[in-house]
Amino acid sequence: MGILDGKRILVTGVLTDSSIAFHVARVAQEQGATVILTGFGRLSLVERIAKRLPDPPPVLELDVKSSEQLDSLAERVRAHVSGLDGVVHSIGNAPQDAMGGNFLNTSWEDVAAALHVSTYSLKSLTMAALPLMGAGGSVVGFDFDAAVAWPGYDWMGVAKAGLEACARYLARDLGEQRIRVNLVASGPVRTMAAKSIPGFERFEPIWGQRAPLGWDISDAGPAARACVALLSDWFPATTGEIIHVDGGVHAVGA
Amino acid sequence: MAMTEQEILAGLGEIIDEIAGVPADQVTPDKTFIDDLDIDSLSMVEIAVAAQDKFGVEIPDEELKNLKTVQDVVVFVQRSGVSA
Repeated sequence: MGILDGKRILVTGVLTDSSIAFHVARVAQEQGATVILTGFGRLSLVERIAKRLPDPPPVLELDVKSSEQLDSLAERVRAHVSGLDGVVHSIGNAPQDAMGGNFLNTSWEDVAAALHVSTYSLKSLTMAALPLMGAGGSVVGFDFDAAVAWPGYDWMGVAKAGLEACARYLARDLGEQRIRVNLVASGPVRTMAAKSIPGFERFEPIWGQRAPLGWDISDAGPAARACVALLSDWFPATTGEIIHVDGGVHAVGA
Repeated sequence: MAMTEQEILAGLGEIIDEIAGVPADQVTPDKTFIDDLDIDSLSMVEIAVAAQDKFGVEIPDEELKNLKTVQDVVVFVQRSGVSA
């Protein structure tokens, strides 16, 4: 018996086997879910990585900036499963100029690109999947605590603050359809995405010194398990929430 | 039995041809991935994943950035004691 027995889950954001989304897909399968992946950019890489999951899932192409791909998503998912019980948003990207200490000089074009992919996409993905969630469902996104300013994270931090607000508004507007929308604010995990954050290595000592529970920067497991819990029926009355999976760093001042 | 350098090179040539579209006969030991073969970093990640599948040798991310030439990968795979 798994906590996702019989559930059909769409997981975005798998790129390599260090991706948080890869571990979400793995744990979801271990808990009984049928998983469909979406990939962006290097689909052949995503397909290779998909084969490393316990039960290699189909991979659909999804660029969240493409309205054609969003519009056709439900139909393409239906080729594999009749509906969805959960959607995982693990998507974020910002131009290099939007991170790494250039905050005061980043152009609107670069900021807009970051917000389109990292913030607005939670709404676009959720709406694209909505026709598949007629019986209600759970949408879970990945956040990096946006309550404070971080070194180097810059406009990505603004995008995450927007993501937090976006999740609350989606929770408000989709509650009637029994759709829950929550975020997992994970501590830093060394993924391909993390490598493109200039100064990512500065997070490691912060977590090393402050996390009451300690924190392993190479382990996506805790964030993945929290995500799977939110996808399950064990958080039936929780929506618009941010679950911190950060070893407790958000709770301590120093 | 351990794979010979030639066997690893041939296998790597096939992988690079498939992923980056560089003809296998251009994949010679002295070539650098970025400058000579014009392979971007994400393609390198995919090449590493495919090499892991083919040779059964894990190439950690930290190691990947040190593997600049074709020969570097061949040596890495061979040192990792791959057997065919």
